[in-house]
Amino acid sequence: MQLLTVEDLKVSFPTPDGVVEAVRGVSFSVDRGKTLGIVGESGSGKSVATQTIVGLNPGGKVSGQARFEGRDLLTMGRDELRRLRGAEIGMIFQDPLSSLHPYYRVGWQIMEMIRNHTDMTKRQARQRAIELLELVRIPQPHRRVDDYPFQFSGGMRQRAMIAMALALNPKLLIADEPTTALDVTVQAQIMELMQRLQDEFDIAIILITHDLGVVADVADEVLVMYAGKPMEVADRRSLYYRPHHPYTVGLLESLPRPTNKGQRLKPITGQPPSLIHPPQGCPFHPRCPYVMDRCVSEMPPLDDADGGVAGHRSACWLPSDIAGASPELDAQRLDVAQRNRTAVAAAPEGGAR
Amino acid sequence: MLKFLVRRLTLGVAVMWVVATAVFILYFIAPHDVARTLAGKQSTERVIQLIRHRLGLDKPITEQYLDYLNRLLHGDLGYSYVNSMPVVNVIKEDLPITASVAFGGAILWLLIGVSAGVLAATRPRSFLDRTVTAFALFFYSMPVFLLGQLFLLLLFFRLTMAGFDIFPGGGYVPFAASPGEWLRHLILPWFTVALVSASTYARLTRGSMLEVLGEDYIRTARSKGLRERRVIYRHGLRAGMSPVVTQFGIDLGTLLGGVILTETVFGLPGLGQQIVTSISDGDLPVIMGLVLLASGFIVLANIVVDALYAVLDPRVRLT
Ligand SMILES: Nc1ncnc2c1ncn2[C@@H]1O[C@H](COP(=O)(O)OP(=O)(O)OP(=O)(O)O)[C@@H](O)[C@H]1O
Ligand SMILES: [Mg+2]
Repeated sequence: MQLLTVEDLKVSFPTPDGVVEAVRGVSFSVDRGKTLGIVGESGSGKSVATQTIVGLNPGGKVSGQARFEGRDLLTMGRDELRRLRGAEIGMIFQDPLSSLHPYYRVGWQIMEMIRNHTDMTKRQARQRAIELLELVRIPQPHRRVDDYPFQFSGGMRQRAMIAMALALNPKLLIADEPTTALDVTVQAQIMELMQRLQDEFDIAIILITHDLGVVADVADEVLVMYAGKPMEVADRRSLYYRPHHPYTVGLLESLPRPTNKGQRLKPITGQPPSLIHPPQGCPFHPRCPYVMDRCVSEMPPLDDADGGVAGHRSACWLPSDIAGASPELDAQRLDVAQRNRTAVAAAPEGGAR
Repeated sequence: MLKFLVRRLTLGVAVMWVVATAVFILYFIAPHDVARTLAGKQSTERVIQLIRHRLGLDKPITEQYLDYLNRLLHGDLGYSYVNSMPVVNVIKEDLPITASVAFGGAILWLLIGVSAGVLAATRPRSFLDRTVTAFALFFYSMPVFLLGQLFLLLLFFRLTMAGFDIFPGGGYVPFAASPGEWLRHLILPWFTVALVSASTYARLTRGSMLEVLGEDYIRTARSKGLRERRVIYRHGLRAGMSPVVTQFGIDLGTLLGGVILTETVFGLPGLGQQIVTSISDGDLPVIMGLVLLASGFIVLANIVVDALYAVLDPRVRLT
């Protein structure tokens, strides 16, 4: 049994402008020692999905299941869920600058976490905080423990956040874009640190990012989300080398990779759709260069792609054996698309690759 | 922190010196002849000259100025024209009353304002939130003297007529004489001072807390599994208080104004009433003393507020 299994999660928010359907039926799971990557553009519902299961997103209408060690997080009592947060499920967020409280010492914030869930004395908690800072490689931890967040660099703050999130040896770590706000070298250090700690403590990690490159390095399994829906699920090798969904292909082609060396990077044109009135059919069809008649009216199911190798699934009407990102494959896709397209579904501007 | 305090104190002394000088200049350009006033209408020119000499008014103005500063430094504010009492004694007599009204009022105003604001902010758009907003608007648009009169009419006059002698109609009982009576006589003045300003603070706190509760570090606090109460007070209010403290520093002048009006409405013989009578009597030394006292209070209170701000925010303290 997996540590966390989320099934058919749906989250919507009533707003004055209408109901925002942020997450529309997402399933995923992750086990100890494994990393699940969740990828998607801004607004695709990555944060909402993960924060909802730990109860950090009140005000939304939620359905589905999220079983953590067999218990459903979505139906358990508020207090029970609160006690899981921090102790069993640690979290780190995108902006380490604003995620630590500016008025409290870094050590105090870590100690607060420890003392909230254990009955350690102040002295013991402080000792543990120093150990944790050392674990995440903060220099001179016994001195830095008394610093305020503003005295830390961005990378150090994220390390401190990691130290805090891991203070109680949680089984699951949810990292919501942990490196987006950091510069490239620091990004690599933080990712390296998370992997080292994962190996050391056998932690399950959900790594949220909009950078497929990051995920391709570290994730065991990857979920690609778009407009609140799962587009493609695969192990990282399949996803990287044999992507099936045009959205995934688009994300990969907008990224510098060894396989597209010398080619011009191609950003995905257009904007993500409104979540109040999501488009009919496949939500990606207005931006898809391979749009077919069927895409406009019918949402494709998440089905085996590329022979279903290692659970590779994709929600796209294109033939399941066209998998990979290369000019030749793109031409094949276009060929199929053009044969299945009437005037009803016009390809987006500049979409013909 | 120490450097910060020293800097602020030096600045405070400088401000007081400017105020003292301004008061001195006003004294000289005011259209009155002190010696003649003191001597009375019937006295001869010789007597007036004598008084002038005794008061040092015949010395060069620079020398008088230095004498004046010297006396100030020794806590000598001169004598009242009206009853020849030292101004310091006049102030000493009335200060406890004013201090009682001002401090009690200020504490109550912060307490009511901040807690109403927090309650409203933690339940935005709820019935409670709307109620707080409605009350805040009501009291915000109410002048202090009107609120005081309303209290007297409803809570003193009507209640007493109905046989419930709960609130007195004014006056003051020293704390030392009877703490209970002291409290009973001050409750209505306190609420009068507090409610009008509290409404501003409720709205200020609400806005500030709503903003703070949306911050990332609040999400972090929740992700740590802290109880909601702790999240709101330890993490939210700590940060949300900064603008409130700043505003409080600015509003101290309002507090003094409110106290003067309130003392008048409730017949409390404090400094507020003293300044009203002194102005109508033209009792310059007392007026000057009170102006200096009020300025000193505002300067001091601002230093306290700044220090409090530094205590709240380590970035102010350490950089
Ligand atoms: N409380 C809320 N009320 C209304 N809409 C919300 C709420 N929370 C999130 N949303 C909407 O849900 C959608 C998904 O948001 P989410 O934060 O999950 O995106 P994301 O994939 O994490 O993007 P990013 O990469 O920018 O973090 C967004 O359009 C957002 O505006
Ligand atoms: Mg997000």
